Amino acid sequence: MELLIQVLIAGITIGSIYSLIALGVVLIFKSSGVINFAQGSMVMVGAFITYALVVQFRLPILLSLPLTFVISGMMGMIVERFVLRYLSGASLISVIMVTMGISYILDGGALATWGSSNFTYPKLFPSFSIHLGGVKVSSVYLWSFLASMVLLVVFLLFFKYSKMGLSMRAAADNQKVAVVLGISARRVLSLTWIITSAVATAGGILLASISALHVNLSYIGLVVFPVVILGGLDSIAGAVVGGLIVGALEAIAGVYIAPYLGGAFQQVASFAFLLIILLIKPYGLLGTKEIERL
Amino acid sequence: MGPSNRQGWLYYLLFLMVFVLFPFSLFQYTKYILFLVNMTAIGVIGAQGLNILTGYTGLISLGQAGFMGVGAYTVAILGTKAGFPMWINLPAAGIITTLVGIIVGTPSLRLKGFYLAMSTLAAELLLEYVFKNWETMTHGVQGLFITPPHIFGVLINNDRVFYFLSVGLAALATIATRNLFRTRVGRAFIAIRDRDIAAELIGINVFKYKLVSFAISSFYAGVAGGLWCYYMTIINPEAFQLSISIDYVAMIIVGGMGTLFGSVYGAIFVVLLPEAIQRLMEILQPLLHMEYTFAAFKQIVFGIMIVIFLIFEPKGLSEIFSRLRNRISNRNRKEVNQNGSLSGSAKTNG
Repeated sequence: MELLIQVLIAGITIGSIYSLIALGVVLIFKSSGVINFAQGSMVMVGAFITYALVVQFRLPILLSLPLTFVISGMMGMIVERFVLRYLSGASLISVIMVTMGISYILDGGALATWGSSNFTYPKLFPSFSIHLGGVKVSSVYLWSFLASMVLLVVFLLFFKYSKMGLSMRAAADNQKVAVVLGISARRVLSLTWIITSAVATAGGILLASISALHVNLSYIGLVVFPVVILGGLDSIAGAVVGGLIVGALEAIAGVYIAPYLGGAFQQVASFAFLLIILLIKPYGLLGTKEIERL
Repeated sequence: MGPSNRQGWLYYLLFLMVFVLFPFSLFQYTKYILFLVNMTAIGVIGAQGLNILTGYTGLISLGQAGFMGVGAYTVAILGTKAGFPMWINLPAAGIITTLVGIIVGTPSLRLKGFYLAMSTLAAELLLEYVFKNWETMTHGVQGLFITPPHIFGVLINNDRVFYFLSVGLAALATIATRNLFRTRVGRAFIAIRDRDIAAELIGINVFKYKLVSFAISSFYAGVAGGLWCYYMTIINPEAFQLSISIDYVAMIIVGGMGTLFGSVYGAIFVVLLPEAIQRLMEILQPLLHMEYTFAAFKQIVFGIMIVIFLIFEPKGLSEIFSRLRNRISNRNRKEVNQNGSLSGSAKTNG
């Protein structure tokens, strides 16, 4: 029982970070219909930027965190301005492949700069541990869960109440009408990519704090897809639910199923689950069904 | 389009002559060049298969490498454990991969676009997991060794002999693809790609033909995988991971989706690009002194090439070539017209 609780706590913590990263994918899909395969690389690069600022340039943490978000936001803006803007209305496979190309560029850049070794991540949060129902929970998990939950709530409020958030939702809902109402579609798209990149960076920092930092962290970009499909591609609340489910599922699969099947079954468990979900509910748990007309 | 006149036969004859004489006409680096040609030929077969599915039927698959893996492991397991000869193993690889492809294609009954792409991604990752962990059959990450095959009593153990097998099969795959799109089935694929609802309205059984497309495509992939296995004589799961699937999608995008020769151009491009980068790196190595540069540089250049193609030439190399051909033939026609009018006026003067 204690093991199960421990496993669930670890799983849900990781899951909350997945939710955060998935939020970026959902945002981009909602506002432009683009599926972002570069999300994982943005997560990895964001984590590396923080590492470089804190460890290599020896900047204080309170200065380097905001600086990281500025840099990664600019990265998102550049990607939108110089690549995705030219592909508006392109076919799905073009969009998938162009974001895959961006992902290759980011991965290659990180590999050339930092090499393929493991880095221990600097301690960004004060450490302590608490006891929860007889189970010891280390502070990294608590901080990660708290940070991602706070960020998720901030985004939910941003989209519900702020003017910018509302205009982004309007543009996502119906771009033509939004433009008629005086919303700049370009600015909205640019902002979406900035936010996505910043959110990915936050996820990267949290993930790297829990485990270690390595260029392979970009694998997380694939794990995000079961999350967004579970929750439905166009639902922010769905991304949160999907993230928690996938996180818990992976943790449980890693402890209870992998020993019987061998290998790292937890890495593919969410994809096996994804296949089953797709067969039962083709548009995810909370997604809207696309209605096609001739 | 098809060469049915005497000129067409001339082209076939020329192609045949080049095909037969090529491996004997190389003076230097024979082994290396033939290696590249063989890898390209295997790539062409796989890319034709993916192009049938993605380029002509409009179903995005991120699982081509997984299918090739099924073919390769079929060949390896039948060859080593059952001791079957090549002429059984290679078709068997195609058939078993076809069955796997039909299973993976079944969700296409209800799924489309991104969701279908995701189900093929899931299939790819699950197949990769099976290759790594079904130790008794696949020997896990260590991989399987197989002995070079015999065909008609000839031992296929060097690049030159393999050349005839691989390029021959690649040509066969290309001709088969061309002929496929002259049949009812191939046209049904194109109708589904262009507008599936409209295709259903004119009486095409969309689900059936989607499955047929998955089946044909995975047959090609299985044969390509089987060939790869015979060529390498050792296989391990690393050769069939997701990045290889991405390579195949890149091939048909760079070459030209839904075009016959697009798969050929794309395979040549994607196979040769890393080699070109490596040669360049060898020249630059004294200047750079970096450990990971080759892998990193390869990734960066590959990414940039994909982005550039999608922004500037989304229809790929085959579009560029056909535009060039049009320009040349237009210029020729113009010259002919000018000459014609000149001679005409000369005649009236005389």
